[in-house]
Amino acid sequence: MSELEFRTAVRDAIAEEIERDDSVIFFGEDVAAPGGVFKATPELHDRFGDERVFDTPISELALAGAAFGAAVTGLRPVVEIMFGDFMGLPMDSLVNQSAKFWYVSNEQGSAPLVIRSAVGAGGRFGAMHSQIHASWYQGVPGLKIVCPSSPADAKGLLKSAIRDDNPVIFLEHKRLYSVKGPPPEDETVPLGAATVVRKGTDLTLVSALKGVPDALAAADLLAADGIDVEVIDLRTLRPLDLVTVLRSVAKTNRLAAVEEGPRTGGWASGLLGAVAEEALHDLDDVWTITTDETPVPYSPALEDPFLPSSDSIADSVRARLG
Amino acid sequence: MARPETASRVGGAEAPAACLAPYGRMLLIRMFEREMHRLFLEGKVHGTTHLSAGQEAVPVGICWELRPDDYVAGTYRGHGHALAKGTDPEPLASEMLGRATGVCGGRAGSMNVIDLEHGLVGCFGIVGGSIAAATGAALSSKRQGRVAAAFFGDGAANHGYFHECLNFAQVLRLPVVFVCENNLYGEFTPMDTVTAGGDIAGRAAGYAMPSATVDGNDLWAVRAAAGEAVERARSGEGPTLLECSTYRHYGHSKSDPAKYRPEGELERWLARDPLDLARSRLLELGVGEHEIKAIEEETRAQMDRAIEAAVSAPYPDPDTERASEFRS
Repeated sequence: MSELEFRTAVRDAIAEEIERDDSVIFFGEDVAAPGGVFKATPELHDRFGDERVFDTPISELALAGAAFGAAVTGLRPVVEIMFGDFMGLPMDSLVNQSAKFWYVSNEQGSAPLVIRSAVGAGGRFGAMHSQIHASWYQGVPGLKIVCPSSPADAKGLLKSAIRDDNPVIFLEHKRLYSVKGPPPEDETVPLGAATVVRKGTDLTLVSALKGVPDALAAADLLAADGIDVEVIDLRTLRPLDLVTVLRSVAKTNRLAAVEEGPRTGGWASGLLGAVAEEALHDLDDVWTITTDETPVPYSPALEDPFLPSSDSIADSVRARLG
Repeated sequence: MARPETASRVGGAEAPAACLAPYGRMLLIRMFEREMHRLFLEGKVHGTTHLSAGQEAVPVGICWELRPDDYVAGTYRGHGHALAKGTDPEPLASEMLGRATGVCGGRAGSMNVIDLEHGLVGCFGIVGGSIAAATGAALSSKRQGRVAAAFFGDGAANHGYFHECLNFAQVLRLPVVFVCENNLYGEFTPMDTVTAGGDIAGRAAGYAMPSATVDGNDLWAVRAAAGEAVERARSGEGPTLLECSTYRHYGHSKSDPAKYRPEGELERWLARDPLDLARSRLLELGVGEHEIKAIEEETRAQMDRAIEAAVSAPYPDPDTERASEFRS
C-alpha cells in the first residue's frame, strides 16, 4: 500500500467531504488558485469551482465571522487561517459567536465549522509565525480542538471535524506536513479519543502534534537504558480524553506531558492538574516538558534548544527517574 | 406581523390598510421597551438592558421588505430587531426575565437573543458582531435565494468587523444589507468626536458599494431604501450600506442617565418621534382613526398578555437543566 503524505491527507479529507456533502465549502487566504502556502490544498479549486472553494481577503475576523454566519444557516464551512499565530485576530467570532451558539440559543442550532491552521516552531519563522494556539483556546466551552500527529489521523480526524456539528479548531504542525505514513484504516477517527501509540510500564509520556513522534523517538532512546515508556497521543485537546491517560497512569505511576509551548497556562499543566485531582494515589511523579517562558526565537542556534526534542525529552526522563 | 408577500418596491403601492401592521409592530417595540424599563426598575429584568425606543422605524422598515425566511442579525440593543423580524413578544419578554419559557430558555438574556425560527441568527453583545453574522448568513443566502441584513450602531462603523466584512461581502457580491442605526452616540461618546469623516454611508464608496443616508425615523423612507437594497441583493448585485439617522430616547444602558446630551437635543428628537410620524402618515394615507385605534388596542392587549405570561413563568430549574457543551 502506498504511503500517505500529511499534506495530502489534509487535501484528500477536504476533497472527499466536499464531494460527499453539498453543504461543505472551503475558503481562506491563498487556498484556492495558489493551493495554500504549505501546498496543503492544491487542485481543490480546479475540481470544485468558485462556489465551493475560494480565495478571500486577508481578513481573519471576517473569515471566522462569515464561517459562523454560514454555519448557523446551513453550510459547513472549512476555513484556513494560514498560521496559528493569526488566531488572535478571529478570536471574538470563534469564542463569542461560534462557541456559544449551541448553548446560548438553548440548542436551537449549532455552528458546524472547521478552522485549520499551520502551527509550530522549528522552521526559523520567528516569534509571530511559530506559535501553537491550542492553549489559547482550550478554556473555551463549546470549541473542539484537534491536534493530529500522523497522516492517517490527519485525514480521519479532519473528516470527523468537518462532519461534526460543533465548531472545531484543527491544528497542522508545519514539521509534519512532509511526513509520510500508512493511510488510515477507517474512514474517520473519532474526536475526543486519545490513543496509546506505544505500550510501556515505567512512565507515561503524553503529547500531541509533533510532540508525539518526538516522544516515540525518546521512548526508543530510553529503551536502550532499560526504561519502558508508554506514549499517548491525545489527538484532541478539547474534549480531553482523561480516561485513557488515567488508565495508563494507574499502570506506570509516572506522567510527563510534552507541550511545544510555555508551561504557564499550557494544556500540559492543565492535564497534570486534572490527573492529580482524579488519581493522586496513582502518582509517584508528574511533570511537564515545555518551552521557556519567552517568545519563540529566530536563530537556529536558539530555536533548536528552545523546543522539546527526542533528546531533551529523554534527558528529562533520565534526570527525573534518577 | 403580516407581510405582503409581494411588497411593492418604493412608495408602497398597496392598500393603506397594509401599512397598519408595520405601525403596530413599531408600537409593539415601543411598548415592549417601556415594559422592560419598568420591569428593570422592579428588579425583574437582571443585569443590564439596552432599550431601542425611538429607533423603531429602522428595523420595522427594513423587515417590511424582507421575507419571513430571510436572515437578520441584531445588536445588544436588539429587542426591536427581534420583534421586527417576527419574534413573539411573550417568549422574548420571558427571556428578559430569565424564565424557562424564554426564546432561549433563559440562557441568553437581553443582549444575546437568538430566534432561528424567525431568521434571527443572533443579537450580539459585542459591537460589530452582527455585521459578520449577516455576512456569513449571506453566504448561505446566495444558495438559498434569501437575503441577510445586519443591524449595527454608528460605533460599529469604527470596528474591524465593519471594514473586513464590507470588503469581503463586496468582493463576493453577497446578498446582504448593512443597516447602520446612527443614533449619534457610541455608548456615552458623541459619534462625531470618534468617527473620522463623520459620514458612515460615505465609507461605502471605498468599497464601490452602493449606499444611502436615510431618515431613520421615517418608516416609509427606511422602507424605500430597504426595498432598493433588498432587490439589489436578491438579484445578485451584492451588498448595500444604509445609514439610518435616528435617536434613542433612553440612555445607552440602564446605568446611563444620558447627562451628556446637549440641552434640547432629546426634545428635538421627541418632536420627530417615529411613532407620531407614522401615525400622521397613516391618517394622510386615508387610514381611519378607528382602524389605528383598533390596532393600538390590539397591540396593547398583546403586550399585556405577553408580560402577564412572562412574569408568572417559571425560572429554569438548575437541577433538571440538562446543558450539554456539544451538539452530538
